[in-house]
Amino acid sequence: MQEQPTKEVREEHWKKTKSLMIVALVIWFIFSFLIHGFALAFSEITIPILGFKLGYYMAGQGSLIVFVILIFWFSAKQNAIDEEFGVSE
Amino acid sequence: MGNGTKDSDFIKNLPKIYALYTGAFLGVVIVLAILEQLGFPDRYIGYTFMVLTVSVYAGIGILSRTVEVNQYYVAGRQVPPVFNGMATGADWMSGASFVGMAGSLYVLGFDGLAFVLGWTGGYVLVAVLLAPYLRKFGAYTVPDFLGERYDGNAVRLIGIVVLFSCSFTYVTAQIYATGIITSRFTDIPFEYAVYFGLIGILVCSMLGGMRGVTWTQVAQYIILIVAYLLPVVILSTRITGVPIPQLTYGTILERITDLEMQLGIEQLYVQPFTNYTPTNFFALIFCLMLGTASLPHILMRFFTTPSVKAARASVGWSLFFIFLLYFTAPAYAAFARYEILSEVVGKSISALPSWVDTWGGNVGLIKINDANGDGILQFAELMINRDVIVLATPEIAGLPYVIAGLTAAGGFAAALSTADGLLLAIANAFSHDVYYKMINPKANPRLRLIIARTILIFVALFAAALASTRPTDILSMVAWAFSLAASGLFAPLVLGVWWKRANKTGAVLGMLSGFIICLYYLIGTRWGFGNGPIGTWFGISNISAGVFGIPVSFVVMIVASLATPPPPQRIQDMIDNVRIPRGGTIIEDKAE
Repeated sequence: MQEQPTKEVREEHWKKTKSLMIVALVIWFIFSFLIHGFALAFSEITIPILGFKLGYYMAGQGSLIVFVILIFWFSAKQNAIDEEFGVSE
Repeated sequence: MGNGTKDSDFIKNLPKIYALYTGAFLGVVIVLAILEQLGFPDRYIGYTFMVLTVSVYAGIGILSRTVEVNQYYVAGRQVPPVFNGMATGADWMSGASFVGMAGSLYVLGFDGLAFVLGWTGGYVLVAVLLAPYLRKFGAYTVPDFLGERYDGNAVRLIGIVVLFSCSFTYVTAQIYATGIITSRFTDIPFEYAVYFGLIGILVCSMLGGMRGVTWTQVAQYIILIVAYLLPVVILSTRITGVPIPQLTYGTILERITDLEMQLGIEQLYVQPFTNYTPTNFFALIFCLMLGTASLPHILMRFFTTPSVKAARASVGWSLFFIFLLYFTAPAYAAFARYEILSEVVGKSISALPSWVDTWGGNVGLIKINDANGDGILQFAELMINRDVIVLATPEIAGLPYVIAGLTAAGGFAAALSTADGLLLAIANAFSHDVYYKMINPKANPRLRLIIARTILIFVALFAAALASTRPTDILSMVAWAFSLAASGLFAPLVLGVWWKRANKTGAVLGMLSGFIICLYYLIGTRWGFGNGPIGTWFGISNISAGVFGIPVSFVVMIVASLATPPPPQRIQDMIDNVRIPRGGTIIEDKAE
């Protein structure tokens, strides 16, 4: 049986976890919805060499890359929080 | 557990095993390509792919057979994150994603990207809000979590109803897809081909449960991703000289716009919001994302990882493997559209490329109607079924038949793997939650597994029988799964972890109200209630009904929870423990 964390440790840990959750969801919201709200304006911009319209690129590829990186970044951050409070596995 | 060491050896050797398997698979493709050049008939290439891949899946299913409850329901909780990611990828990408996604993009242009976004971004929600906590909880099924968290069988039962209503139409569509692919490539009539696909599904899932399905899905992912990427990589190389279609299709999009301007097509392919209003575009993304994070057959994949940390990493890998296909789909669509605009449209109807004839004529997936009778094909005179884009690309690119066979094997793998996962989610809810938790809690492990397998076969046969009747209504209801799942399950799952105050009354009323509003809108806007379809609300299309169900479920659940006493201390302590990775699962995995 591992040592059980105290109430204070649990509360601090959850507070940090919640902040990270909010940051992650804000980034998620920006790349899921917000930037595609500018799709019409971004369609006037062409990415050099590759030739994509910025609006199409973000919806078809850019946001997806952000999502993948976001999850790995989030996992690393959350693991660090768990370590910091000594509640990791 | 007698085979403990054998199991850990197996886990350690996974990379080697699947690398060998991938090599062997590529070897088969090359051998078949050589045989084709030597005059081996096309039909036998189709048979070889079908028989060979299904035998591999069956072999894995038989090797993974198990008599342990923990293995059957959660693969012994020892699936490494990367492999769970591949399995989730195959679980997630259905026959329709594989065959139909690029076609939808071809038809819808920019607006089709709502599907690409919606079906990827949801994994962020899975990773941040749900997967690690559900893994820590240690449930066998999603209703199991709801039943324990909300203290009783009422919530468990509503969970099962929502699960069944979003998963059953979905599994019927997958079995239908296996039937279509089998009959197209083997000449077995569709009504029987459906049952051939069913055998492929049952050998994987029945003997080994989650364990069998996991290792089969990894094998299926490898086949489907190779089959998806290869034709479009070759096409990209042929047209642009660079074998990275995901980068080169930018210039192809530019050429498409130029061609469209020359041909006087007003709706430009890359122009946003020409098919959907912005409201519907965002509503669809919203429903697909929250639906992704609520679908039980996806969430249960994260019950199988060895730790909470691994569950988190595993969501990242899942999205990475899904991303590989979804960021290629728009490239697929662009190359197909470019070929059609440059090689087909504006040509004399008597001198079209041969693939137009192969997929037109009797097959009927391409229709040409020379409306103005000038003998020249206009863009508007060409009707293309969405499925053709992926299935016909090998021929559009002038590739040998072996690639067409490979594409069929890929579509078949995609449909089978999704069907496996769905079937297991449905059958496990009945055997674990209804039978074991509600009817006979004293059942011994052996009896539980017998019940689980019997129910699995019945659900599978029922779905196959339904699929064999070609039920058009059922097939069009598949898209409903996301809105239904999100309206019924998202609020109780998320609040169950993130809001300690959420209680049983809140969950019951929230789930019911969200689910019923969503169902009302879906049925109402499609068929109506006796007097023809009801009008839409705020112009939101049928497929995005979750836009109404999801907020209603949250509001009702929060208000009803606050109006009634907080959950008992026992449950609150349980939530405290769910929130930290340390310590064993909340529901003990009994050593059975």
